Amino acid sequence: MTFFDVMFYVLAAMILLSAAIMVFAKNLIYNAVGLLFAFFGVAGLYVMLGADFLAATQLLIYVGGILVLLLFGVMLSQRITGLEMRTGTLQMLPAVIVCAGVVAILLRMIWMSPWQKTEVGEPAATTRTIGTLFMTDYLIPFEIVSVLLLAALVGAAFIGRRDAR
Amino acid sequence: MRELIDALLHSETFFAKLSPTLLTLIFMALGALLIVLVLALNALIAVYAERKVSAWMQERLGPMEVGPRGILQTLADTVKLLVKEDIIPAAADKRLHWLAPFLAFVAPCAAFAALPYARNFVFANFDIGVFYVTAITSLSVIALLLAGWASNNKWALLGGMRAAAQIVSYEIPAGLAILTIVMQVGSLNFNDISLAQDGGIHHWLIWRYFPFNLIAFLVFYLATLAECNRTPFDLPEAESELVAGFHTEYSGFKWSIFMLSEYAEMLLVALVGAALFLGGWSSPIPGFLNTGAWGVLWFGLKGVVLILTHMWLRWTLPRLRVDQLMHLSWKVLTPFSFACIVGVGLWMLA
Repeated sequence: MTFFDVMFYVLAAMILLSAAIMVFAKNLIYNAVGLLFAFFGVAGLYVMLGADFLAATQLLIYVGGILVLLLFGVMLSQRITGLEMRTGTLQMLPAVIVCAGVVAILLRMIWMSPWQKTEVGEPAATTRTIGTLFMTDYLIPFEIVSVLLLAALVGAAFIGRRDAR
Repeated sequence: MRELIDALLHSETFFAKLSPTLLTLIFMALGALLIVLVLALNALIAVYAERKVSAWMQERLGPMEVGPRGILQTLADTVKLLVKEDIIPAAADKRLHWLAPFLAFVAPCAAFAALPYARNFVFANFDIGVFYVTAITSLSVIALLLAGWASNNKWALLGGMRAAAQIVSYEIPAGLAILTIVMQVGSLNFNDISLAQDGGIHHWLIWRYFPFNLIAFLVFYLATLAECNRTPFDLPEAESELVAGFHTEYSGFKWSIFMLSEYAEMLLVALVGAALFLGGWSSPIPGFLNTGAWGVLWFGLKGVVLILTHMWLRWTLPRLRVDQLMHLSWKVLTPFSFACIVGVGLWMLA
């Protein structure tokens, strides 16, 4: 077992453990902390795949953006307005059916896909390629996403201001 | 660092007998240890400097008792902090209360790995260094939020929320100002950016595309000052309203870790500013001590000057109100940084 393999299993264990905390913890803040470590583990896996830009983006968007927003929401509603927020188990039977279906599909996909195995080489620079692709082949999706985000921004500002008037 | 490891592996010393993985691991551990030691030393010196600077600005003497001119004062304070009782409030969330200070310190520590300390010397020379630093420092927001929440204290919670809102808002102008530089150099690698401004003070990026880069530097400076929660942007720990903000319920060792990470963050933003706008490791005078390890001196010196301006501002300016803070970020700094990007972009096309 090489160092690369050891790192993979360490990261995988970290992701699984923190994902389990995220799912099973009753306290919403603990869920968020579990999610934080899961995001970090996934970023580590991206680095091992040579996708450095993707890993940094994962940290910036998910840890710096989405998780902060999530924590903000929980804190504003729980400690300040005194709303009790705990996760519980509801609708046991439908949940089991849906989860079993998803697991079956995933397992089938894992078995059926022709996995490509390549040697681990020196990581190549990905940023320039990603940038060029965004400006050429994927220009339309890129622009659509940016317009969507702008609309969300304007909408959020509008909702935020409505109370003031 | 990889070059160094390769050189050792092919040398005649006993290092060549070790496996490359082991040697890499040893170097990684040594590098991390070095960073932590430098950050601890930085906090020791910076706290003393801050007290002396404030004393000088207020016509006092400052610490004078411990050692000649009080130079050992922070060392004595550190010993005091380490032996102090570690108080955890009964109603606090103990695990998160414990976790938060360490998360707060990890963020700036991890970022130091990517900085260019001298010509061809970085701990981790990656292609996306600048982007990595902006991404990894967002971890400190989570740490402050968790510290505020876990303390189970109104002031701590409000302080944590203020800190998070402030850092998230000011990350945007800071990121856009960095983008101005990245765009003209065409690289996210810190060493490429430093190399682009090698050869004396007139090559520094702050003077290029005048006045756009100068404005971008000012935007970056103010935004990163706010991200460090320093006066005039120290609302998260405004003592007259919030006791001490997110670290109200921390004491002893854990409190000192928060202080350590605050000073580490100051050093980090000062060094990033120096690397992006002020020539990084290159000497201000063309050809004067502009080789190899002298880079560490120049880089450190530029960082120290920027930190001294942080202190100067802290003891000069009054604190902003929350609405003024948000106004400055969204309605002043963000439009200006966009103007810099557009201006430099058009200039590059022309």
